[in-house]
Amino acid sequence: MRKSHKFRNKTIPLLVTVSPVTIWLILLVAAPLVYVFFLSFLSTDGYNVVFQFTLKNYMDLFNPIYLEIYSNSFLLAFLTTVVCILLGYPFAYSMARAAKKKKAVMMIMLMIPFWTNSLIRLNGWKTILGKTGLLNSLLLNIGILHQPVEILYTRGAVILGMVYILFPYMVLPLFASIDKLDQSLLEASNDLGANKVKTFLHVTLPLTSPGVFSGTILVFIPALGYFFVSDIMGGAKSQLIGNLIENQFKAANNWPLGAALSMLLIVIIIIMVTIYKKCGGDMKDLGVL
Amino acid sequence: MRQRKKKTGKVFSKLYNILIYAFLYLPIAMVVLFSFNTSKRNIVFEGFTFAWYGKLFQNEALLKAYGNTLIVGVCSTIIATIVGTLASYGMSKYKFKGKGIIDILLYIPVVIPEIVLGISLLAIFNLSQIPMGILSLIIAHATFCIPFVVFTVNARFAGFDKSVEEAAMDLGAGRVKTFFTVTLPIIMPGVISGAFLSFTLSVDDIIISFFTTGPGSNTYPLKVMELTKTGITPDVYSLSTLVLIVTIALVIFSQRDTKNSKVKMK
Repeated sequence: MRKSHKFRNKTIPLLVTVSPVTIWLILLVAAPLVYVFFLSFLSTDGYNVVFQFTLKNYMDLFNPIYLEIYSNSFLLAFLTTVVCILLGYPFAYSMARAAKKKKAVMMIMLMIPFWTNSLIRLNGWKTILGKTGLLNSLLLNIGILHQPVEILYTRGAVILGMVYILFPYMVLPLFASIDKLDQSLLEASNDLGANKVKTFLHVTLPLTSPGVFSGTILVFIPALGYFFVSDIMGGAKSQLIGNLIENQFKAANNWPLGAALSMLLIVIIIIMVTIYKKCGGDMKDLGVL
Repeated sequence: MRQRKKKTGKVFSKLYNILIYAFLYLPIAMVVLFSFNTSKRNIVFEGFTFAWYGKLFQNEALLKAYGNTLIVGVCSTIIATIVGTLASYGMSKYKFKGKGIIDILLYIPVVIPEIVLGISLLAIFNLSQIPMGILSLIIAHATFCIPFVVFTVNARFAGFDKSVEEAAMDLGAGRVKTFFTVTLPIIMPGVISGAFLSFTLSVDDIIISFFTTGPGSNTYPLKVMELTKTGITPDVYSLSTLVLIVTIALVIFSQRDTKNSKVKMK
């Protein structure tokens, strides 16, 4: 009697609500990743995947050309993250300190550009940075330059594109943590004789570091994989890990190698998320966009 | 003295914010500008014309791609919103075995790079012989949207007063009726923002679509990607200008709407 009561009151509603998501996540998140893991140990005959165990794909990861691409990719993702923090922190700070109405306006104005497709906006940058673009003609007219310079298709242009696309992923968690900051703590620090720099370094920054950490995760990881940014802004010469994986699954048609490269990326992410959690980061902060 | 210091600080921060917004809006301004350009090449602005807006409606491939984007966006949003809202309800209300595993699975699409999710979906679709096209796109998009719906609805459930539901059930409403007449209206803001976020993510998605699309089911971002290689024609810019205008209009409209409802509440 009691058992059927529990069945009706808990088991049925639980099954109805939770099983769709469980089935979906197992079939379309867990199973695909497990399959890619297996794929990374399989061979290829140059066109099709052959079901034969090998470690060759993992050996191939140490190809010197690839090693250079990884280091290039890491440097780029690192610089993108640093620039995002430096540009985003003051902005998020003034947004968090603004009056309620102004805060809402600033937030909407931050989001509007992101409702235009990223590729379109990157093409907008192309018209600015190109050899005959806005920036070059401006610099030529002022007399700073005497000859147009190539700004597009450089590493700097790729970083600019990455920062541009990923900027809100940094600002939003920063804003959330600064917004939560208790203003009276800053006043207390000020009253106790600390100057502004000291207060910032010893009070504001430590208390808002969760925002910096989650922003770093949300920017660094995509920056390793956004192959389309380096395609558009960097041309063919600046390859990222993302481009490498994309190439294995499309043009080169070597899925097992692409799978091994993806496993490499997954290991990096597991390390990063573990560090993030060790530093006291909350997974919940990564899901609020 | 101190007052003056504060004032210069304020001017400085205002100037800084203007520069940030300039950085964010400059490329969009260029897109709008070049949608009126007489020249077909988007390099130098040669003269003003509306012609591309007319030509846009003859560009069937582009319009079809945009249509595909909207179909995929709407369908995946509906799926993600239903599955995600149900999941959030069950997970906030009940304790059960395996909840931790579902939690971890929900975070995977959020933290792994899109490219890894994209290739693994491609691999599994290929293995299970699911035809690549609109259907595979919808499934793939719903997959990365579901977690975001769960998280936004969870935030609504965090401040949820369970006694309201209990009261409804004590008064004789069934579980389903209670859900639709009591629970759902309370969590609705979370459901709506989750749906809105899903739609935004789906419409803008490039990488996952790139791996899970099939021949003949190009989406708008993929079409733009294809055109980037050969050179974008200004009619693409006129389409994104129109989309931008609609977006801004919707934002203003929704802001005014919330203002009006606040006035009514008073």
